[in-house]
Amino acid sequence: MNDAASKDKRRKLVDATMRRFGHSSYALIETLHTVQEAYGYLDDENLEYVSEALRVPLSKIYGVATFYHFFTLKPQGEHTAVLCTGTACYIKGVPAILSAIKENFGVEDGDTTEDNRLSMLTARCIGSCGLAPAMVLDGEIAGQVTPEIVVDRIGRMIHNDT
Amino acid sequence: MTPEEFKKIGEAHQKKRESFNYNINVCTAAACVSLQSEKVKEELIKQVKEQNKKDDCRVSGTGCLGLCASGPLITINKNKALYGGVKPEDAPEIVKNIAKKPVKRLQIPTDMPFFARQTKMALEHCGKTDPEVIGDYLAKEGYEALYNCLTTMEPNEVIDMMVKSGLRGRGGGGYPVGLKWSTVHKAVGFKKFVICNADEGDPGAFMDRSMLESDPHSIIEGMAIGAYAVGASHGYVYIRGEYPLAIKRLRAAIRQAERQNFLGKNICGTPFSFDVEIRLGAGAFVCGEETALIASIEGKRGTPRPRPPYPAQFGLWGHPTLINNVETFANISPIVRKGADYYASIGTERSKGTKVFALAGSINNTGLIEVPMGITLREIVFEIGGGIVGGKKFKAVQTGGPSGGCIPEEYLDMKVDYESLAQVGSIMGSGGMIVMDETSCMVDVAKYFMDFCRSESCGKCAPCRVGTAQMYNLLNLISQGKATMHDLALLEELCDVVRNTSLCGLGQTSANPVLSTIRFFRDEYLAHINDKKCPAGVCAIEHKEEAVL
Repeated sequence: MNDAASKDKRRKLVDATMRRFGHSSYALIETLHTVQEAYGYLDDENLEYVSEALRVPLSKIYGVATFYHFFTLKPQGEHTAVLCTGTACYIKGVPAILSAIKENFGVEDGDTTEDNRLSMLTARCIGSCGLAPAMVLDGEIAGQVTPEIVVDRIGRMIHNDT
Repeated sequence: MTPEEFKKIGEAHQKKRESFNYNINVCTAAACVSLQSEKVKEELIKQVKEQNKKDDCRVSGTGCLGLCASGPLITINKNKALYGGVKPEDAPEIVKNIAKKPVKRLQIPTDMPFFARQTKMALEHCGKTDPEVIGDYLAKEGYEALYNCLTTMEPNEVIDMMVKSGLRGRGGGGYPVGLKWSTVHKAVGFKKFVICNADEGDPGAFMDRSMLESDPHSIIEGMAIGAYAVGASHGYVYIRGEYPLAIKRLRAAIRQAERQNFLGKNICGTPFSFDVEIRLGAGAFVCGEETALIASIEGKRGTPRPRPPYPAQFGLWGHPTLINNVETFANISPIVRKGADYYASIGTERSKGTKVFALAGSINNTGLIEVPMGITLREIVFEIGGGIVGGKKFKAVQTGGPSGGCIPEEYLDMKVDYESLAQVGSIMGSGGMIVMDETSCMVDVAKYFMDFCRSESCGKCAPCRVGTAQMYNLLNLISQGKATMHDLALLEELCDVVRNTSLCGLGQTSANPVLSTIRFFRDEYLAHINDKKCPAGVCAIEHKEEAVL
């Protein structure tokens, strides 16, 4: 662990979570939540740090981090598009939307574009079934989308800040 | 705190509410929020100020009003108007006309079957109180049930009441609540826990989320009563990390309850102490299974373990643990307040009370409903739900998510309760109800659910890990028109094996969608296999020209 990292403000958040649970091993999932919230993803350096602090073997941490869908070991792109694939959304046309995104932006589920502009994810169900098919674009829910609307909105989202 | 004191807080809030002629309630549950109801609320507040009606009108947020299809929704108490599809730019007109005739173009009739046919127990306060204000909950007899239990009832009496009410677990299994509580009560242990299962993973179900967002205090109160009955002093709410709004509201509610001493040490001056902590799930469907959920709270991979011992005897860190679902806990305080007999008078012989359903799919009135057990599916779909979108033909209704089945038209007049749903190869589940029309292909639906089970299988036991993958492959072949009748027979055989040999509920029920679609829509499977055709036109079947020899 280098000095720069230990002075990192985000690291303090992680420390605070572990302290709240008395550095017990059952704090692992809560700690990983904090790491992901602070850093955006679970990076190797932090996982090693958590492993040491909670005295949980790195292999076990890797097991937990890959078991749960919510955790990601890869950094995210500048923008994220999350497509809901719940039952209601599925029967209302998710496959067509997925292929439209792949065709236009060249990303599949879990990928980030090469220029790091867009990360494409799918969610099991975001619970907005009344708005099916639904998408979350940079944290904002878009309901009753069609392939055309999705391509247009993602296009505007990733080009807006250039 | 004495009941007089908290009644006073409630009354003060009620009085404040009543001091305004018009209370405008804006739905701030997730579905409406995603349609910008927060902006509508801001604009309404601004307009009330601009049009100088500050002493006359009050704008506040409220929980889910149910009809999510027409969001954002607002209600006005005085003229009992319900407006749907409200946009921020409608605010001036609404405020201007508040004392006059309602704005016709936004109005939704409140006497339509969607509202008239419901019976509200668990959703009693949804849409009537502000979920972020404890005073609103106190004004509706909030925490009185807890106080009465603590001061006038023995734990045994509370359990007897649950037995008498006939309430069954609303998470899917339908295990009698009274029985579960008494098992935990009798279990020996110096420490006991209460866990609220809010890891709602079924795709297409959003009841728990709406309840937590709309009325978090009723769940906390239910948990506290449960803890008193079984003798627990510590509780956890295991909630999906994907529900930020519900987490935020629940956190705030716990803090408020602690401040008013409805949680914490010596609750309401009695010797009973209880506190609640939130644990975030991280997106694993299997964690809805109770032993997997416990493993996850302990910070491990969420894999189930064989039962018995049941968590009631050997649960969290080896201590006796009571696990119930959100909706179950939401039912507790209404039962205590209204009496077990009243609750038992609703519903059918073996399924008492009401059930919350999330209506979605190809149906006009998507949203959240609460109906008495024993209502027919036809009433739910065609009266409350308003029928199929675009006048298309009804094909099936799917209940119970990936563990449930598809129910065809001939069973629409069947009464909805735990037993009859099981008879047609489905389950009650947590309450997701997806309606499908003629444009859905049942093979594709079965494949979708199997894909879900395949990726959500935790991998601990072979029947589920390997079986679901093989079943998915077979369904994939069928949907591509590459399967033979032998494959169909193999699929049915596999269903039987996986169902009977898997470790936990996920595997045991994963075959239900396949079995029920084969049972009721066999002709569609045959069309894919023999005629290489998808009757609904969903599956992409490649047609190869037969080689001319």
